Amino acid sequence: MDFSLTEEQLMAQEMVRELAHDKIYPTLKEWDRKHQPHPDVLPLLAENGVLGINIPVRYGGQGFDYITLALVCEELERVDASLRVVMSVHAGLNSLALLQWGTEDQKQRFLVPQARGEKIAGYALTEAEAGSDPANLRSTARREGDIYILNGEKMWISLATLADHFIVFAKTDPHAQPRHKGITAFIITRDMKGVSTYDEKHKLGVRAGSTGGIVMQDVEVPVENRLGEEGEGFYIAMSCLDNGRYTVAAGATGCIRACLEDSVKYAKERYTFGVPIAHHQLIKQKIAYMQQWYDAAKLLVLRAGWLKNQGMRNTRETAVAKWFATEMSVKAALEAVQIHGAYGFSDEYDVERYLRNAKGAVIYEGSSEIQQLLQADYALGYRQDRPLRCEPVPYDPEYWQSEA
Amino acid sequence: MHVVVLTKMTPDTEATVTVNASGQVHWGDKLVINPWDEYAITEAVLIKGAHNVQVTVMTVGPEAQSEALKHGLAIGCDQAVRLWDSALEKHDSLAYATVVAAAIRKLGDVDLVLFGKEMADLATDQHIFQTARKLGWNMLGFVAKIEALDFAARTVRVRRLTDRGAEVVASRLPAVISVLKDINEPKYPTFIGIRKAAKAEVPVWGLADLGLSAAEVAPRAQVLGYRELPKREGSAEIIEGATAQEKAEKLVARLLEEKIL
Repeated sequence: MDFSLTEEQLMAQEMVRELAHDKIYPTLKEWDRKHQPHPDVLPLLAENGVLGINIPVRYGGQGFDYITLALVCEELERVDASLRVVMSVHAGLNSLALLQWGTEDQKQRFLVPQARGEKIAGYALTEAEAGSDPANLRSTARREGDIYILNGEKMWISLATLADHFIVFAKTDPHAQPRHKGITAFIITRDMKGVSTYDEKHKLGVRAGSTGGIVMQDVEVPVENRLGEEGEGFYIAMSCLDNGRYTVAAGATGCIRACLEDSVKYAKERYTFGVPIAHHQLIKQKIAYMQQWYDAAKLLVLRAGWLKNQGMRNTRETAVAKWFATEMSVKAALEAVQIHGAYGFSDEYDVERYLRNAKGAVIYEGSSEIQQLLQADYALGYRQDRPLRCEPVPYDPEYWQSEA
Repeated sequence: MHVVVLTKMTPDTEATVTVNASGQVHWGDKLVINPWDEYAITEAVLIKGAHNVQVTVMTVGPEAQSEALKHGLAIGCDQAVRLWDSALEKHDSLAYATVVAAAIRKLGDVDLVLFGKEMADLATDQHIFQTARKLGWNMLGFVAKIEALDFAARTVRVRRLTDRGAEVVASRLPAVISVLKDINEPKYPTFIGIRKAAKAEVPVWGLADLGLSAAEVAPRAQVLGYRELPKREGSAEIIEGATAQEKAEKLVARLLEEKIL
């Protein structure tokens, strides 16, 4: 078993760490306070190739592996969750789905510009009455000749007002039983007639990020934009989550590390009873737990990444990483605020932002409750992975790094 | 046509540097690329983008120094060379210059050599001037902008920032330049550069490769030991007052009293 990272992975991690730290962190707080997306994030990630980090070079990406994607997400969320969310939806939920499920034509039309950072991508599954129960979604897609007519509204969509492309899920057969068999996936673009978007304001966290809704009113989508087969949408949606949750889990390790690093610094600077608070055992205990949570979360993430590199199904392993890492990021953020005392309660320090951000990640991309049901069902034998028509794409350095 | 840029790893600017009782210095746990060199490397890569030149990034030092070279490759330098020999273990700046000048001659077609303004750890730049002297080339120090560069006509014009003000200087090539932070916005590595750097095998040129003898690089200056700076004693005083005006007046009075103003 090899726990070492390659020089390539470490250098990529360092690069993204410096970019996020130098270019975004200094101004992050003012955008978080304004509840507005930081305007420099997308251009920065696009120009530096981060948006296509683990897409093959032949499809406009940088050809790095799934582990590097996790390291990048950790570094982005070390600064702020809103940076990592971009990778979750653009890379994890959308681009990797196109790589796995898209036709060659779809890859050329959508994946290539996304990997190059020329177009931004989102993912739209959730609706007002379809969150943890996505099979309950109400959006419809009615086929008429060579087009589908899409109607419905999607909610809590990251980058809703910023993305150019979306993978959306709608029912081609609203009466199908079981319900999930009636869902189909489509690629829609912002410029299609009948597509409108809006922002959600005043969220608890990820305030420097973009979250909103998409309204589809008689949107005509050509059949070439259908992703996968009719009725295959639910399986595609779930396979997207295998990658999205991976980026969320990796990001959460960045949040835990942020809590740990900031707490270590503060505990050495802050004096009570004549000594730095780092000398007090109850503070040490909190620091120790943060370290433990970080290590365990990271190991779970790296295991999922290894499976992905092998092209092996990783639904359970990714889900347990997501569940654990995000739950521990909430705990770490609570402890970090506690260590910072009253200062931690104010936004003079970053830890209150970590806490607000962390709380989102135990809800989105499969709440902690859904993750627990999933783990239990695997353990009880109620759930098994069935073969997919398009299995996850393994990382083959030769194929991923060559031009064509 | 060839541009060479020199670099090295230096302690992190945020590192706590300590000296033990026997005068040995601990530079902290983490080394970073000499901050000034980021500008020199970026400038070399910018020159490469504008002219059809090859860029070689070079360092003098043991294996640990390779990281600076990899950083240079990741940003866009074409190749890297590490200069090292056990005889250089305690080299001084003149030995450094001797080795670098020999390596530049070995490359053959070098027109321009770039350095960051100084080495951040030793706060010295004499190795730069010594390298120029060893090569017998013009030395253009403290350059804030390369205003014109013509490899065909073998000329360069630069703006230098000196204590006396800005100065525009033209020189023939080849030349040695040390750059200031004003010269550019440092580039970050690219992913393609990172992949190239990670795969690169960096050649090491020893004294024999450079046609030098141990006597030629024997240190004439030697560091015998380091000492901690004396601890500074100080105290803080908060000036109270009802208005800014009153506080300012009290502050000025105190500063006059202490003969600071």
